[in-house]
Amino acid sequence: MSIPADLKYTPSHEWVRVETDGTLTVGITHHAQDLLGDMVFVESPAVGRVLAKGEECAVVESVKAASDVYAPVAGEVVATNGDTESSPEAINADAYAAWMFKIKPVDAGATAELLDAAAYQKLVESEAH
Amino acid sequence: MSTQTALKTTPLNAVHREAGAKMVDFGGWDMPVNYGSQIEEHHAVRTGCGLFDVSHMLPLDVRGENVRAFLRRLVANNVDKLQSAGRALYSCMLNEAGGVIDDLIIYFMDESWFRLVVNAGTAEKDLAWMEKMNAEWGMGLTLTPRRDLAMVAIQGPKAAEVLNNALPGVDLITGNLKPFNAAAMGEMFVARTGYTGEDGFEVMILAKSAPMFWRALSEAGGKPIGLGARDTLRLEAGMNLYGQDMDETQNPLESGLAWTVDMKTERDFVGRKALESSELSKQMVGLVLLDKGVLRGHQKVLTKHGEGEITSGTFSPTMQQSIALARIPMGIAPGEEVEVEIRDKKLRAKVVKYPFVRNGKILVA
Repeated sequence: MSIPADLKYTPSHEWVRVETDGTLTVGITHHAQDLLGDMVFVESPAVGRVLAKGEECAVVESVKAASDVYAPVAGEVVATNGDTESSPEAINADAYAAWMFKIKPVDAGATAELLDAAAYQKLVESEAH
Repeated sequence: MSTQTALKTTPLNAVHREAGAKMVDFGGWDMPVNYGSQIEEHHAVRTGCGLFDVSHMLPLDVRGENVRAFLRRLVANNVDKLQSAGRALYSCMLNEAGGVIDDLIIYFMDESWFRLVVNAGTAEKDLAWMEKMNAEWGMGLTLTPRRDLAMVAIQGPKAAEVLNNALPGVDLITGNLKPFNAAAMGEMFVARTGYTGEDGFEVMILAKSAPMFWRALSEAGGKPIGLGARDTLRLEAGMNLYGQDMDETQNPLESGLAWTVDMKTERDFVGRKALESSELSKQMVGLVLLDKGVLRGHQKVLTKHGEGEITSGTFSPTMQQSIALARIPMGIAPGEEVEVEIRDKKLRAKVVKYPFVRNGKILVA
């Protein structure tokens, strides 16, 4: 699957979409779900929780293993996706549609530090070797 | 992943890669973990027929006059239970301290030939231990590792149908093979055994014939199954995994394997004295998670009589909830609730008798 050009990425395999209202939608990448396999459990951060950049804030578990999800930037959690929580397999079906939570960033410019699609593609390729 | 040590491969390696398997390093072996969805593979075995490459496990032929006497002393179960040709026995092989060196299947072929199948990760250690005992006890036996054989498990309610369609005439060898029995013809060895809790066969065949055999089984409707589903299937079936549920630091009585230790006769076997003088403080139980989450190995279990530990845990595709095997203090009965520490939370789990699933049916409420 190709890596969507309109999203930003972290080295820990989260994807981030900058919404028109300035909030950030966060999920895990197709590559991440491919490594983990069939998803069976998603735990989202509480709405209202204030996160530091890189903080462990959510968990995804596949049949095989548990994996932490990290805050891509500093900010406050403003929404979580109940659909993904009740149907974790949606992440396997389409990782870029099954978002996990939304953050209102402390600094609107913080996403500039994230990877673009080309840089993330390189990272994925380097990990494959 | 940058260190490139050569992984060992089975005769079916190319077949797995052609089928698009995701390969992993499994204790030094390049093995398929899944061919797409682990959960779909799991259901295929419970409802139809799955094929497993288990060629990493080692068949070991033990031949000689004293083979029965040797095995009587070597393992904790009693090979005298094996009286008709082809009968199989599951047993632990213990050290002097009563710790489990390995668990294995023993097939009685004739009075001068028993075949053992041991785990991949322990094969070398097992062989060294057996050779040492062979010499120490003056048994004069020949131990032959059979790396020239591949082993394919065919498991599920449709296993017999798939095997018969793949290999017309195989019933001449298998006849009405009953569970835990095997038959051999030339180098083809067919056993009605497995590690899934379903009906099925484990077939040993010359390595060079394995790819053709696998393809015939696929064409007859067998679905390839990776190690991922092998683990969820065996855990639902309540079967121990060596290295996880027991090892050299644990004795079989505290590993849910008392039923495999035969102390009814005076038979002297390695580890018996240690077992007789040990006081049981732990028991193996099943857990079903009542809250949301996934039980995993090494999570701490909190009970009214003290702490225990999960040895194997997973999400059960058949039950659609998380289950585990756990070693916990004595005195906690099925039906009672315990807590499991998962990250920063304490989640509720119910103690149950296992197996969880057998022959496609859920056995725990």
